[in-house]
Amino acid sequence: MSILQGSNLECVRGDRRLFRDINFSLEAGELLQVHGPNGSGKTSLLRMLCGLATPAHGQICWHGSDIRSLKGDYYGAITYLGHLSGVKDDLTAIENLRISSALAGVEIEAKKAHEALQHMGLGGRELLPAKVLSQGQRRRVALARLLVCGTALWILDEPLAALDSAAVKLVQNLLERHLGQGGMVVMTTHQEIDITTGATQRLQLT
Amino acid sequence: MSLWVIQRDLLLAIRRRADVLTTLFFFIIVVSLFPLGVGPEINILRTMAPGVVWVAALLASMLSLGRMFSSDYLDGTLEQMLLSPQSLAMLVLGKALAHWLVTGVPLVLMSPVLGIQYDLSADALLVLTASLLLGTPVLSLIGAIGAALTLGLRGGGVLVSLLVLPLYIPVLIFGAGAVEASAAGLGAGAHLSLLGAFLLASLVLAPWATAVSLRISME
Repeated sequence: MSILQGSNLECVRGDRRLFRDINFSLEAGELLQVHGPNGSGKTSLLRMLCGLATPAHGQICWHGSDIRSLKGDYYGAITYLGHLSGVKDDLTAIENLRISSALAGVEIEAKKAHEALQHMGLGGRELLPAKVLSQGQRRRVALARLLVCGTALWILDEPLAALDSAAVKLVQNLLERHLGQGGMVVMTTHQEIDITTGATQRLQLT
Repeated sequence: MSLWVIQRDLLLAIRRRADVLTTLFFFIIVVSLFPLGVGPEINILRTMAPGVVWVAALLASMLSLGRMFSSDYLDGTLEQMLLSPQSLAMLVLGKALAHWLVTGVPLVLMSPVLGIQYDLSADALLVLTASLLLGTPVLSLIGAIGAALTLGLRGGGVLVSLLVLPLYIPVLIFGAGAVEASAAGLGAGAHLSLLGAFLLASLVLAPWATAVSLRISME
């Protein structure tokens, strides 16, 4: 049985139906890329997968049980990175990383947080408040969470937005490593990303 | 537990002192203006003191409600909170406690000093401070429900006042009543016990209600 399964998903916003009858299933080590033009409901789909939004119809199952009944057990297994990166302006990069990890249930040492930020190319900027960082650097702070979270399913909404080519490469390696270790990724992106590890599925929203 | 949420919110409050000071100054200004406006008639001042201090504390606490979740909402931290494997109600409790430490405690500490302007006796000052100590956390806890329900709405500030005011009124009546009762020689025990009961009830119910409201607001 597949680990993450969505069946007959339907999303309604106001009186507009964004999509219906979306089906997918994801095994360990698989990547699901969600494609579609602006406004086709990619973000809505990802929010549903997180349990932040309820589908108008259909069901999302994690290891065979509905995510709405799993709640905390499911939240402990996923990491969601949305449009808003959850980086606080008034906190330093390292504080942001440690606090957002604690929020996700993983308390990390300052040393580990340092290493993660260094890996994301933020060495030397750990102690700067996030408000003086550039858009791309803030995104890197948010992405550093992926290095320390240790969750099985990553749900990434436009993770490559505002990143330079070096950072795109970093994220690509990160994803490949995660998939190689049997993790799963659901992501949306408008940029072409070349993932060689694991199987890639495509889901087209119209 | 939710200790680090409190720590984080306190850290943010320290980095943004202006927000904290606004609430405190509002309280001080309102309470200080009354004796100037009403005139130096000591008996009038004494009778109106508890009411004025309590109304000012209530408005000051309401003034800062909008900020409780809105910054976390705008930068996406709130989404992460909803997706935390820890209980959302406990996180909310942590946030409400941090809100109280930042906005409620300074008011409680200032109230005896401000009470002197109204020529309150030492006993009355003690009862006033005790009633605020028990009552202000209730304001933060109940306010959290309103703040969560009006999250992301335009004109949420007005709406939140309308939503939480009816729930604030019992706290106001018994809080101000405690001082009056003790001045009348009845003893403040009954009023303070009721405030304590409000506090316990809201400690149990408000975080849960706020957590549910947050999930609804974020859909």
